Amino acid sequence: MERIIKNGIVYCPLNGIDGEKMDICIKDGKIVESVSDNAEVIDASGKIVMPGGVEVHSHIAGAKVNVGRMMRPEDSKKDAEATNEDINRRAGSGFSVPSTFMTGYRYAQMGYSTAMEAAMPPLLARHTHEELEATPILDHAAFPLFGNNWFVMDYLGKGDIDSCMAYASWLLKSTKGYAIKIVNPCGTEAWGWGGNVRGLHDTAPHFSVTPAEVIKGLAEVNEKLKLPHSIHLHCNDLGHPGNYETTLESFDLPKGIKVDPVTGSRDTVLHATHVQYHSYGGTSWRDFESAADIVADYVNKSNHMTIDVGQVTLDETTTMTADGPMEFDLHTLNGLKWANCDVEMETGSGVVPFIYSAKAPVPAVQWAIGMELFLLVKDADKVCLTTDTPNAGPFTRYPRVMAWLMSNQYRTDLLENELHKWAQKRSSIATIDREYSLYEIAQITRSTPAKVLGLSDTKGHLGVGADADISIYDMNPETMDLAADYKMVENKFQKASYLLKDGEFAVKDGEVINTDLKGKTFWADTQIESDLYKNVLADIEKQFVKYYSINFQNYAVEDSYISKSAPIKGVSL
Amino acid sequence: MSEIKLTLKKQSPVPIETPNIKPDVFAGKTIDEIKELEIMLGNNKVKLSDFFDVEGEPAETPEEIKIVIEGDSSNIKRIGQGMKAGEILVKGDVNMYVGLEMEGGKLTVEGNTSTWAGQDMKGGELEILGNTGDYLGSSYRGDWRGMSGGIITVHGNVGYEMAEYMGGGKILVKGNADQMPGIHMSSGLVIIEGNVPSRTGGEMTGGTIVVQGVVDSFLPGFEFLGVEKNIEIEGTEFLGAFYKFKGDYAMKGANGTVYVAVAGNKHIVP
Repeated sequence: MERIIKNGIVYCPLNGIDGEKMDICIKDGKIVESVSDNAEVIDASGKIVMPGGVEVHSHIAGAKVNVGRMMRPEDSKKDAEATNEDINRRAGSGFSVPSTFMTGYRYAQMGYSTAMEAAMPPLLARHTHEELEATPILDHAAFPLFGNNWFVMDYLGKGDIDSCMAYASWLLKSTKGYAIKIVNPCGTEAWGWGGNVRGLHDTAPHFSVTPAEVIKGLAEVNEKLKLPHSIHLHCNDLGHPGNYETTLESFDLPKGIKVDPVTGSRDTVLHATHVQYHSYGGTSWRDFESAADIVADYVNKSNHMTIDVGQVTLDETTTMTADGPMEFDLHTLNGLKWANCDVEMETGSGVVPFIYSAKAPVPAVQWAIGMELFLLVKDADKVCLTTDTPNAGPFTRYPRVMAWLMSNQYRTDLLENELHKWAQKRSSIATIDREYSLYEIAQITRSTPAKVLGLSDTKGHLGVGADADISIYDMNPETMDLAADYKMVENKFQKASYLLKDGEFAVKDGEVINTDLKGKTFWADTQIESDLYKNVLADIEKQFVKYYSINFQNYAVEDSYISKSAPIKGVSL
Repeated sequence: MSEIKLTLKKQSPVPIETPNIKPDVFAGKTIDEIKELEIMLGNNKVKLSDFFDVEGEPAETPEEIKIVIEGDSSNIKRIGQGMKAGEILVKGDVNMYVGLEMEGGKLTVEGNTSTWAGQDMKGGELEILGNTGDYLGSSYRGDWRGMSGGIITVHGNVGYEMAEYMGGGKILVKGNADQMPGIHMSSGLVIIEGNVPSRTGGEMTGGTIVVQGVVDSFLPGFEFLGVEKNIEIEGTEFLGAFYKFKGDYAMKGANGTVYVAVAGNKHIVP
C-alpha cells in the first residue's frame, strides 16, 4: 500500500526540518523516498505534519494502574465513553486512569503512536504485558524496576558490577522489559520495614548498599549491556521540600560513564524522570519554593543527561508509584484513601487520589516549577513532555501543556486569574516570556524521547526508513497566531486530523477509525554466553528456592504474552 | 401547574433507566416530543413511549410542570436524576437511584424505593412515603464527597449506611435505620426517629445525628459529654432528654455530634 502526504508543513527535528512544505511518501508501513502515481493522496495543505508522538514515561498498564482503576470508581464515573460497534470501538471509562482501550484511543487521538510504561514490577510482568496487549494502536514497552531489587542490592553492595550486569540481562529478557528503571533506590525496600532513606547515603536495611551505589552501579551495568535507553531514574526524596540537593547529587553520579548503545543514537547516561517533583526548595511546606532554576542550570551545563518534567495539570488525578513510602506520606497529607503493597524481593507501590487545586498554594507552585523546567532548560533536546501520567495529571492534558508552553498569554491569564499567588511569589515563572515554537514542541514530544529511548532509527522522525507513524494537525502557523489563539492550539493537538500508524489510518478528524491496529512490544535483548552468566543463573535459582513464593521455572514471561515482539539489540558477549 | 401523566404500559425484563424523566427535560416540549425522549433498556436506547403512555398539558418552564408516574414502576431506575425544578410524583415503588444528584424541586415516591436514593443530592426535596434501601443520601461508590444539600424525608425504614460521606443537607427518617447511619459524614443533620442497631456515626468527622429510638450498641470512639434536655438543632426542637457524644475519635479532627435519647438507652452510657 502506497500513500503520499502532500503539501504539509513538516516539523521533524531529527532531520532538521523546521516548518518546510514537503511531501512524505509511505510504502508498506515505512517512510520511503518516493511512491508511484497510484499512491493514495492525503492532502495536508495548510496543516502541520509531525512524526507520531513518543511517550517516554507513563503509567498505563500493570498492577498498580489497575489498583488505581479499582479503587476509584468515582474517577471512572466522570469520564466514560460508550461502545461504537461500527468501528469495533470498545467502551471505556476513567479520567485519570482510563481503561486500556480508552488509553490507546486517546493517545492516538492526540497523534501519539508510542508509549512507555515506566514502572513494571518484574514479578507482575505478565499482568503488565496483558494490559499492554489490550491497549490498541500504540507501540509500547515496559521498564522493569531495579532500584530495590534484592539481587541488585546484593551484587552492588559487594561491588560486583559484572554479576549485576548478568542479572540485569536475564531480568530484562525474563520480563520482556526494555530499560532499567530505578525508583527511590533503597527507599522502597526500607519501607518494607516501615522506614525510608533520606538522601543518597543511607543504607537499605539488611543490605550494605546505598542509593548512590545503586544508581552509579546500574548506570555502569546499563552501558556495559549497551542498552538502547539510559537508566531511567526516579530520584530519592521525591516531593520533599529542599530535595533539589539530592536531585543534583544524583544527576552527578553517572557522569563520565562511556555511552555506546548497540541500537539508536543515544549519547546520554541518565534520564531523570518527573524532575518537577525533585526541584523543590525550602525546608517545609510553609517555606516551600521553586528550585527549578538551579536544576535547569545544572541541566543546561550538562551533556550527560536528559529529563522529563512531570508537569502538574491542575486536575483531580490519581497518584501511583513504586515509591511506597512517598505515597504513604501523601496519604497522611491529604487524608484520602490509599493503597500500598510490597512486591516480594523486588519493589513496592502505592496509590492515592490527589487534587491539584489551582487555588491552593503548593499545587500552584508545583505547576510553576514544571513550567520553569520546560522554559529554563534552553535546549529542547534535553527535555521531554510528560505529566508522569496520571501522577501530576492525565496524559490527555498534553495538548494543554503544549499550549501553555507556546503561549505566554495563556500562562499569564492563568497566573493572574486562577493560580494561587504563591506561583508568582515562590517561583520565577511570571518573569519568563519564552514561547515554544512548533519545532521545539516536536522535539519534546517526538525527537528527544525517541532518541533517549534509543528508538530514533525508526521512531520520532520522518526520514526514509522510519516507521510511518505520522500525525497531522489542522493548524497553519503561517496564517494563524498560535500564541494568541491558544485554546485553538490545545483543541487541535487534542484531536489530530490524522494519525497514521505503520502507514495505516488510525485516526481521522480526531476520531479513532481503526481500532484493530496493534502495536509492537519493544524489549531489550542482550546475550551473555559465559561462565559468569551461568554462575549468576545458578545463584538466581538458589535464591528462588530460598525466598520467592513462586518457582524459577514459572517466572519468565512466555513468548505467547507478546503478540508483536520487537526485540532491540543490546550487547552480545 | 401543568400535570403530565406517565402510565407504565408494560414491564421490562431488565430495569429501565430514565434520567430523562424530570421537568427540566420535559419543559418546552410537546407531548409528542416527550414521547420521543430516550430511555435506556440495558445498553439499548429506546423511546419513552415504548414503555409509557404520555398525556397531559405541557409547559414552557420546569417550575410549572408536575410529572405523575402511574403503574408498577418498581423496575425503573434513575427517575429525576439531576432534577433542578418542578415536581415528580411516583404513585408506586421505584428501583435504584431515585432523585440521584437532585439539585432542586420536589420528588415524592408514594411506595418503597431500592438502594442509593438521593445519592449525591445537592438541593431540593425528596420524600419517600414507604421504606428505602441501603445508601440513602450517600456518595457515589468510592467518592468521599457525598450529599451536600437538600432535604430527604423517609416515612418508613432505611437500610445500611445512610448519609455516607454526607457533607450537608438534612435527612429525616421516621422509621428505623440499619447499621452505620452517617458513616464518614462531615456536616449536615441526620434525624432518626426510630431505632438503630449499631455503629451510628462511624468515622464521622462533623455534622449531627439525632437518634430518638433505641440503639443496641454504640461505638467506642465517641466521647460522652453528658445529658441535655429539649435540644434545638437548626430550628427544630427535640423534646426529652438526650445523651450527647462527640466523635468519632477513630478519625483525625473528629468533631461530629450524636444525640441519643435517654429513654431505653441506659446501656450505652460509659
